[in-house]
Amino acid sequence: MFIQQLMNGLVLGSTYALIALGYTMVYGIIELINFAHGEIYMFGAFAGLILVTVLKVPFFLAFFLAMALASLLGITVEYLAYRPLRRSTRLAALISAIGASIFLQNLALWRMGAQPYTFPSPFEPKVYQTAFFTISRVEIIILLFSFLLMIGLSLFIQKTKIGKAMRATAQDKDTASLMGININKIITITFAIGSALGAAAGVMVGIYFRTVTPSMGLMPGLKGFVAAVLGGIGNIPGAMMGGILLGITEVMGAAYISSQYRDAVAFALLIMVLLLKPTGLLGRPTQEKV
Amino acid sequence: MINPYYMQLIILVGINTIMAASLNLILGYTGQLSIGHAAFMSLGAYSSALVTLHFGFPFIISLLCGALFSAIFGVIIGIPTLKLKGDYLAIATLGFGEIVRIVCLNLDITGGAMGLRGIPKKTTLLWVVLAVLVTVFILNRIIKSRIGRALIAIREDETAADSMGINSTYYKILCFGVGAFFAGLGGGLFAHYMRFLHPKTFDFMKSIEHLCMVVLGGLGNMWGAFIGASILTVVPELLRSVADLRLLIYGAVLVLMMRLRPQGILGPQTDIAPAIEKIRLKFKSIWHRLARGKT
Repeated sequence: MFIQQLMNGLVLGSTYALIALGYTMVYGIIELINFAHGEIYMFGAFAGLILVTVLKVPFFLAFFLAMALASLLGITVEYLAYRPLRRSTRLAALISAIGASIFLQNLALWRMGAQPYTFPSPFEPKVYQTAFFTISRVEIIILLFSFLLMIGLSLFIQKTKIGKAMRATAQDKDTASLMGININKIITITFAIGSALGAAAGVMVGIYFRTVTPSMGLMPGLKGFVAAVLGGIGNIPGAMMGGILLGITEVMGAAYISSQYRDAVAFALLIMVLLLKPTGLLGRPTQEKV
Repeated sequence: MINPYYMQLIILVGINTIMAASLNLILGYTGQLSIGHAAFMSLGAYSSALVTLHFGFPFIISLLCGALFSAIFGVIIGIPTLKLKGDYLAIATLGFGEIVRIVCLNLDITGGAMGLRGIPKKTTLLWVVLAVLVTVFILNRIIKSRIGRALIAIREDETAADSMGINSTYYKILCFGVGAFFAGLGGGLFAHYMRFLHPKTFDFMKSIEHLCMVVLGGLGNMWGAFIGASILTVVPELLRSVADLRLLIYGAVLVLMMRLRPQGILGPQTDIAPAIEKIRLKFKSIWHRLARGKT
């Protein structure tokens, strides 16, 4: 039972981790809480759904196409709503992000209607039984894909030239720019990657829970953000860890405390961690000077 | 007699002004980003409604009970969370807001998911106007006092304020408590006007709405709170004819607004008097030009 819950938590947590990565990457570079990220996740789920049901694209192709489309959306949002505000206060950028989020959610509500859509199961539903837990094929795919995406991202950030430029930009934008890094290009790439990961999470949650709605981005969006803060916002391994920790805590809380307080458990965990370690689990404390 | 529809709008503008003004103290003057303000509103709304329903106290006493209950929670929440800075504080207040909502949704005494029904209608225009005046008066007195200067110093630079001998933790908690008090007052008025409470009313989007009112009107500006609250209450109503596109336009307006005038409609700390003076001079010059044109 316990191990079974642990597995469920891991599956849920890996989707949170993917969402949290989008938040944390953007935050690391421009110090903005990208509130529209939950809507990009929702957009990814809808893009995947439409590609699979209307255009009859095979699932795996649809998965990657949805990621590509969502990164286009992410770039557009950045270009229209965040870039003009680069030099203004952070609060103005935050409100702009909230505006973009409300806009996208209601755009989906307007075009798609409020009713939930059913995501067709892309595989034969098959359940594997092991000694300690059962796992379905969908869950294996989710785990596999999220871990591959996370490893891919880590390699990209650590090994490639663009990844190096991203790290430099996150450390110090002005100095990075003096070293010949095109900051705008890096920010665009960051939004593209973050949005693609969010969309991947959206499609996977779509095939996991089988429903897609225009308002599906709100809660996972908040929780992805919570996960990012848990791990220390701006910190990429932290976001992965925070996501998985959040997923496991939430499932455990639902199983052993009360399923009604499921969401409250996640937020209580956040507040407790912040009280003990105000910069998140892996975040480094910053020195402040006057 | 005023048309009931306009009456409702005026009352909601009043309640939202109280909410925005109290958040303005926390966000605009003290610089603490709190995105859980609706939680304080819901604490005040539920507790004052329950006091009215169960004990039948006079309206003013239940309002004060709600406001005090909310203020106590503000202090309790403030003590641990105000150690956090910036976005970490924001997310902690967000988490607190969500916890309050989920608890209200699952308790029996709050009516759970069925909502709390049968609250007597006691809020009238007079009560709202009085409450707004009292709120704005007290908040203005606080801001113009020693406490207000300490709060502004904390907003400008907390470390510097600390080293000048300002006990920043104490002042931040004080400001949180006062902000929560007035948010609770707004909630009490809301409860006795709507006569029905549901946890969904006080969700994350409600907090965001309050935040937008403050930023739209102008941070650290009490007139701004009123203007922001009026606009964000009235404009969605004007957009009712395009029901489906209402929030779509709302979102787009927020983005555009931040792009065109990120400091809000009234800038920070501008008094309305110079603004009125400016408008008056403008009219005067137009008038003169017209007058000259005639002769």
